[in-house]
Amino acid sequence: MQATLYDKLWRSHVVRQATDEPDGMALIYIDRHLVHEVTSPQAFEGLKLAGRKPRRLDSILAVADHNVPTTGRGGGIADPVSRLQVETLDRNCDELGITEFRMDDRRQGIVHVIGPEQGATLPGMTVVCGDSHTSTHGAFACLAFGIGTSEVEHVLATQCLLIKKSKSMQIRIEGGLARGVTAKDIALAVIGRIGTAGGTGHAIEFAGSAVRALSMEGRMTLCNMAIEAGARAGMVAVDDTTLEYLRERPFAPRGALWEQAAAYWRTLGSDPEAVFDRTIVLDAARIEPQVTWGTSPEMVASIDGRVPDPSQIADATRRHDMEHALEYMGLAPNMPITEIRPDKVFIGSCTNSRIEDLRAAADVVRGRHIAGSIRLAMVVPGSGLVKRQAEQEGLDQVFRAAGFEWREPGCSMCLAMNDDRLLPGERCASTSNRNFEGRQGPGGRTHLVSPAMAAAAAVTGHFVDVRKMD
Amino acid sequence: MAPLDRANVDTDAIIPKQFLKSIRRSGFGPNLFDEWRYLDHGEPGMDPAQRTPNPEFVLNLPRYRGAEILLARANFGCGSSREHAPWALQDYGFRVVIAPSFADIFFNNCFKIGLLPIVLPEDAVERLFREVLAEGAEGYRLHVDLARQSVETPAGMAFSFEIDPYRKHSLWNGLDEIGLTLQHADEIAAFEARHRAAQPWLFSGQAAQAPGSRQASSDIPSTR
Repeated sequence: MQATLYDKLWRSHVVRQATDEPDGMALIYIDRHLVHEVTSPQAFEGLKLAGRKPRRLDSILAVADHNVPTTGRGGGIADPVSRLQVETLDRNCDELGITEFRMDDRRQGIVHVIGPEQGATLPGMTVVCGDSHTSTHGAFACLAFGIGTSEVEHVLATQCLLIKKSKSMQIRIEGGLARGVTAKDIALAVIGRIGTAGGTGHAIEFAGSAVRALSMEGRMTLCNMAIEAGARAGMVAVDDTTLEYLRERPFAPRGALWEQAAAYWRTLGSDPEAVFDRTIVLDAARIEPQVTWGTSPEMVASIDGRVPDPSQIADATRRHDMEHALEYMGLAPNMPITEIRPDKVFIGSCTNSRIEDLRAAADVVRGRHIAGSIRLAMVVPGSGLVKRQAEQEGLDQVFRAAGFEWREPGCSMCLAMNDDRLLPGERCASTSNRNFEGRQGPGGRTHLVSPAMAAAAAVTGHFVDVRKMD
Repeated sequence: MAPLDRANVDTDAIIPKQFLKSIRRSGFGPNLFDEWRYLDHGEPGMDPAQRTPNPEFVLNLPRYRGAEILLARANFGCGSSREHAPWALQDYGFRVVIAPSFADIFFNNCFKIGLLPIVLPEDAVERLFREVLAEGAEGYRLHVDLARQSVETPAGMAFSFEIDPYRKHSLWNGLDEIGLTLQHADEIAAFEARHRAAQPWLFSGQAAQAPGSRQASSDIPSTR
């Protein structure tokens, strides 16, 4: 029987079927539990009230990322509500003996950046976190998905989760990407094609020569956005790129154990004749730099495109949503994308804050300065270690010389739970993952783009095809 | 029943992020759909009675006051994994959400707290929207029967819905899922032993450096 990668990951973690139906609920064993401050306090409280303890402390890694300030760390967190949430995580981890990277730890950062960076995310694992972008970790051929707080508590107490097996979807991107086109553009193009509910009920495996050619950073960007296509999990098969990335990481096995693990990991791909419930094929060469124009990631266009015209849409619900989105975004139908002028530029988030992302943005910025119309351009590295590496490469100097602010790691302006946010009506070129209404601050207008495209918008003052910049 | 006539309603719209800073599980109801429901900007700790409601937002219309069923469009609950979204819906007073489709994580989270998400076909949802929005339909009530898995309109038209038998059983009995899972502790331990034998590296677990160390020598290999 030919199996998909998802089948293999599922089967190797089924503790028991919950019902007699073959595809009904099953109890699944969880190998890695990542914890952050926002979705865990109620779970720890529930655990305590029930007199329960975490079953496997060594499976848990905790970090505060959503609420942490990206400037002036020495002064602590100014907002008392945010501070209490972070202190609650610190206290819970202390009391229970959970490994946590605190705000003053050099390894602190966005949970989906530090997991892989530390080698705490390994192929073949089940990885969960109370955060939808846990799909990121699937880049390492693990089954990784976001869970709610009740499930966080369930995993803490039992090391298991009750879930239903998803259907399988393969998204194959074949051929070579044009220079300046990145994993972010693939992700947005895929969502533009299948919609934000296109992957609902499915686990997506990304495959094809264009995916094989991506770095681990690129694969993480792609899997990160699987949830924006509606799929709880995205994944990529193991290859040399995967193993090279993981070798020598602090949490990764060493010596003979590494050899044993690597031999197993190499089996983690779909069998050649495996059957998927749905398959989608995209031609990499036809993917252009993408820019979202609306309030859902599926509202996306190529850089040489235009804002769509609702009057051309027959379906009433879609037309209504589009009109509503354009009104919120302050955009006119048929306007060229290149005429959209952001006020702010945000380079960061669990989607695009890794070293490769910062290098790509720095390459565009080098020797240039942000446009006069840009009120704020900021770079927020995904972790303290990414920040340090970027500084060793001099990228911070490139950004600073161009007028960017160089910040401390965290979720920052991706979701505005901290001090970094848009003011009402402000327009942002953002490398994050969601352009929902109010996501980056009440009334804020988000355009999702790749790091290179965000950098290009910063230095020109409007969206521009990064391929046309020398 | 209250109708929310928009597709792709995301969790940021259901409960904006500033309210996620709470470390409690209750009290999210007053901030459900906060940015649509009020004209002023909401922050944690504000007294709802002192705020300016948006008179046009559907939940503020007198005819939908006290609704326990929310009728919604496709892909309801897309976005983040925040359980605060179903918490807010439940805290407001909703017991059932009906839509043609739901986002996976939201759908799953609802069951964990006893909020029932019901998937009905597009045409059935369309019909319910027409009926509840019709003039003179004040106080429009649906009868939801979990045991028979059916939704019945005042005129007696019934739509059936699917639900996983395990979830139905749990909802019906209000079971403590963790307690139930722990009844299988032996099976979990047996699985764990097999898993450890097959993939021992999953249990060597901690960083090579001292875990939690603030100095963290941990020079990770640079990626190029």
